[in-house]
Amino acid sequence: MHIVVCIKQVPDSAQIRVHPVTNTIMRQGVPSVINPYDLFSLEEAMRLRDTLGGKVTVLSMGPPMAEDSLRKALGLGADDAVLLTDRFFAGSDTLATSYALASAIKKISETDPVDIVFAGKQTIDGDTAQVGPGIAKRLNLQQLTYVAKVEGVDLEKREVVVHRRSEGGVQVLKTSLPCLITMLEGSNSIRFGTMPDMFRAARHQLRTWNAEAAGIEDISLCGLKGSPTVVKKVFAPSARKDKATMIDVTGKSADEISAAAIDAIFKAQPKLEADMLELAAGTR
Amino acid sequence: MAEKFDAIVVGAGPSGNAAAYTLAKGGLSVLQIERGEYAGSKNVQGAILYADAVEKIIPDFRDDCPLERHIIEQRLWMLDDRSYMGTHYRSEDFNEEKPNRYTIIRAQYDKWFSKKVKEAGALVICETTVTDLLKDDKGRVIGVRTDREEGDIFADVVVLCDGVNSLLAQRAGFHAELKPEHVALAVKEMHFLPKDVIDARFNLKDEEGVVIEVAGTVTGGMVGTAFIYTNKDSLAVGIGCLVSDFKKTGQTPYSLLEKFKNHPSVKPLLEGSEVKEYAAHLIPEGGYKAIPKIWGDGWMICGDAGQFVNALHREGSNMALTTGRIAAETIIDLKKAGQPLSDANLAMYRARLNDTFVIKDLKKYKDLPEVLHENPQFFSTYPGILSKAAALWFRVDGIDKITKEKEMVQAFTKGRGIRGLLGDAWKMARAWR
Repeated sequence: MHIVVCIKQVPDSAQIRVHPVTNTIMRQGVPSVINPYDLFSLEEAMRLRDTLGGKVTVLSMGPPMAEDSLRKALGLGADDAVLLTDRFFAGSDTLATSYALASAIKKISETDPVDIVFAGKQTIDGDTAQVGPGIAKRLNLQQLTYVAKVEGVDLEKREVVVHRRSEGGVQVLKTSLPCLITMLEGSNSIRFGTMPDMFRAARHQLRTWNAEAAGIEDISLCGLKGSPTVVKKVFAPSARKDKATMIDVTGKSADEISAAAIDAIFKAQPKLEADMLELAAGTR
Repeated sequence: MAEKFDAIVVGAGPSGNAAAYTLAKGGLSVLQIERGEYAGSKNVQGAILYADAVEKIIPDFRDDCPLERHIIEQRLWMLDDRSYMGTHYRSEDFNEEKPNRYTIIRAQYDKWFSKKVKEAGALVICETTVTDLLKDDKGRVIGVRTDREEGDIFADVVVLCDGVNSLLAQRAGFHAELKPEHVALAVKEMHFLPKDVIDARFNLKDEEGVVIEVAGTVTGGMVGTAFIYTNKDSLAVGIGCLVSDFKKTGQTPYSLLEKFKNHPSVKPLLEGSEVKEYAAHLIPEGGYKAIPKIWGDGWMICGDAGQFVNALHREGSNMALTTGRIAAETIIDLKKAGQPLSDANLAMYRARLNDTFVIKDLKKYKDLPEVLHENPQFFSTYPGILSKAAALWFRVDGIDKITKEKEMVQAFTKGRGIRGLLGDAWKMARAWR
């Protein structure tokens, strides 16, 4: 079985800051990581490979430095890696990204047919959750999003059964291969690669494809040109103006402190007090 | 089938990078293992780069090495609670074509060095911890065990560059646990300011930089120093003291740094800055006498792991680079001569180091750590006395100069006592020679 996992290199959002004047994200000096949601998909793909055989190819579109993330994925246990990098891809929105990735997956399939495409549920920098479904649509694949568990793959019947989290329950879905799956966070935890994996990752000759090599047919659908999304305004949420109310606790008992805290809350929110009193009196 | 290399280098700090680079350039198969996410992710330093030690490894490093500022002015301050007395040395000669000292940001510098190591042909593997050394039945080191599955890797020699704690060397029994009086704990913050503000505050232009080294009451009577280094658009501000002193006095490194930052002579330099980073690091300051045996059958120790730091001159990374380079050169020469990397043959590493500034300088100051440790007055009493004497000297208040000079002498004799003064002078002179 051949599985392609789409990953994205993103700035570590825990360490990112917003420029106070221009409101743009300050990426300088912020370390890059594999989008954390992608790791659940990568692990699930590798588990399927481990039980059913075959190989896992990781695919990423990004600047040349995205090679680090692909190498990291190889060190975690992926078998092969393809990097899509070309100046024509710069400024891609989700529509253009899914076009480029879908083209590359088609290209990969020419020599090594793909049974399942995995993608992260969403990224932590764009947060759109559109690229995975975009690829599925373009490649005409069944799409299974928000998957909590891959119950099983039947390679004979070319079927897959998954548990999909939906509002208020879990759907058990069966569909035919090939398909696209995005995994829910927490559905597994990424493994610690073996030493041979690390050696392989360090020595692996990555395949680096430009637009032509990736089989892009219409370059105008790529990058900024192919991206109808327009960023109208970027702003950082302003800090709340309300100040915290400080309660002096010196020499007070726990009861007194909690009474003072409740008083302070009711003083700030009189309606809450009225509601609570009604509740207590049973008139509500 | 387990992998086998000519050499395994443990750690990707200055000594590890110097060793791995030199070995790979010498045509050997080299594996470098780093526990951090990338080379430099675990490394902390002030940081000053001494060009000479790098030049001997990568002569044209200035072409692409991420450097912040070259240093044209060195300030040494003796601080009491309200004043500082100091010497400044600034020279246009330091604006030379190939400057001698630079400030650097280690995260960037180490990444650059690691790239050079890879380009030289070494295999670099990160996020992997070496947990043990593999030995044969004769006790010879033949490889390493890592924390990964199928993690045993073999080599003719293992070069331990795993930093100040060197847990690996400790576990292997190559040296004892660090003594608290032999190691300093330093903390630092990165204060960001626009370049033109730094230039104006420190009287600089272009790529010029200033280094301020500080001793005095700011360490609360403990043996230690503080510093301010100018980067392009940030200041590295830090302070460090011996671990044994922190333990004895119960003071915390962070409170010392706060005190230092709020000193009336320091605060205006940092005004309006944004703090983005806080880091802490151990520095081996035991000096010559704390150096363990640094070679054996199939193994060598370089850098902080070998305690190679000249605390007085704030030199450590240059010693790391030099020990890493010379360890590698020794291996290359022995391999070329077809000699085994045995205890007897690797002794050449130490013999070669003896002829360098590394051992010569540490030997010169071999008694200094003890003298300073046992005589905290150098950090507590003297700054106050000097400040008092200077205040007398500079204040114009109708008192005649003969009286003032007498008072200045008294500041010393009362502050420390004649016997104390003579004793201190004797101890210092002996420790310095």
